[in-house]
Amino acid sequence: MRKNRIIPIVLFKDGHVVQSKKFREYKNLGNPLLTINRLSEWGADEICFLDISRDNNWQGGRSDLNERTPATFLEVLAEVSKVAYMPLTCGGGIRTMEDVELRIKNGADKISLNSAIFCNPALIQDAIKEYGSQSVVASVDVKFVGDKYKVYIHGGQTCIDQDWKDYLRRVEDLEVGEILLNSINNDGGKEGYDLSMLSIATSLVSIPVIACGGVGEWEHFRSALTETEIDAVAAANIFQHQDQSVYQAHKFLFVHGINVRPPRLLETNYLKVTTNELL
Amino acid sequence: MSNKICILDYGSGNVASVYNMVSRLSSAIISNKASDLENASHIILPGVGSFGASISKIREKIPLDALFSSLERGKPFLGICVGMQVLAEFGSEFGKYEGLGLIPGSVDELNSASEKIPHIGWNNILIQQNHPLVNGITEKDDFYFVHSFAFNPSDPKMNIARTNYGADFTSVIANENVMGVQFHPEKSQVSGLTVLNNFMGIQ
Repeated sequence: MRKNRIIPIVLFKDGHVVQSKKFREYKNLGNPLLTINRLSEWGADEICFLDISRDNNWQGGRSDLNERTPATFLEVLAEVSKVAYMPLTCGGGIRTMEDVELRIKNGADKISLNSAIFCNPALIQDAIKEYGSQSVVASVDVKFVGDKYKVYIHGGQTCIDQDWKDYLRRVEDLEVGEILLNSINNDGGKEGYDLSMLSIATSLVSIPVIACGGVGEWEHFRSALTETEIDAVAAANIFQHQDQSVYQAHKFLFVHGINVRPPRLLETNYLKVTTNELL
Repeated sequence: MSNKICILDYGSGNVASVYNMVSRLSSAIISNKASDLENASHIILPGVGSFGASISKIREKIPLDALFSSLERGKPFLGICVGMQVLAEFGSEFGKYEGLGLIPGSVDELNSASEKIPHIGWNNILIQQNHPLVNGITEKDDFYFVHSFAFNPSDPKMNIARTNYGADFTSVIANENVMGVQFHPEKSQVSGLTVLNNFMGIQ
């Protein structure tokens, strides 16, 4: 039987992994290679690696810690993909087919597109034609304003003038493989997902929908998987603050009878190269 | 004996992912040179995308004479995802295409009306018969699948494992030294590493 996926999101900004709150406040959490390696070893089903840098403000590694300092996001991607024992989705700043190709070439299994869906739908079609629907994830950021949901692009900065339901149908018509649906209101709030947003979205489209935004405890995964028809649950911050977080999440859901992969750490005893050698 | 794995390069999107994992278990190269194919102990054909697009690129980029003669000499071969599907005689994705014909059968659309297509995500395999490729694998092992089509082997004896998604389909196939997996072992955590390690143990 197919399992529901639990997907850690790693937000990357100006050279570092960061924590985000309401798309406005960012806290530095450290090195992306170490972060993704940990999540991989704890048995993540998939990882979503999003570059949310806005302007050219690269800060690189910590010279005081003797860290190697890759100079671009693509170099970071190439390194993290070597420790990703599960599918790696890469998003952020993708505007041309060359951007898509470079990400796939540097180890991304899927690419996630957001503003381009609205600004440049031809790019989505080209990417699907070249790499297939399964390689393209549409990331949609939604905010509840007044009495309705609205879609935002450009990292939550621009509200688009289209009904959000029509927008979701349009995204599906582009034949993307799945939708990563994020609530801007709930982002970083630790109060749980916007379940009504998820229910409406899954009733509108027939492609897989991944829930995102607001997880503060494992129970929030459970409520989304039991009360809505979503296919996968994603979260960022919660996976960063406790040892073996991914393992613990799988364990919680598995014990509660949710259809997920059983908790399992990656046993690396037969690997020729250890991660320490890579670092 | 030390292994040398040749990962066939024909422009498939996931070559880097396959190399990343395989090279951590054994020495490996990405190549489409006949000499590399001949010198390799094992051959892997990765795959992602559609049957038609993949088989045309394979015919264009891979020295098939060298590949077939290596296979005739019994060299272990593993096709992954579309790399498994192209081993069939025919594929029906976006038109009818001729495959490599290394395993009798055809590749047809998944027969899972009740489920979302493509089949994306983690699923387990139900082993139909013992085979070294699935040593140590049980129903509790999950693998990462991404596909809309599946292999229907003409000879049920070549069906090593099945997977259920609305209906059953063949997820592991073997015709002597030519083997294939519908899932992505390079993206399937410890269960995938076990299968890759099993493959490298086959001489």
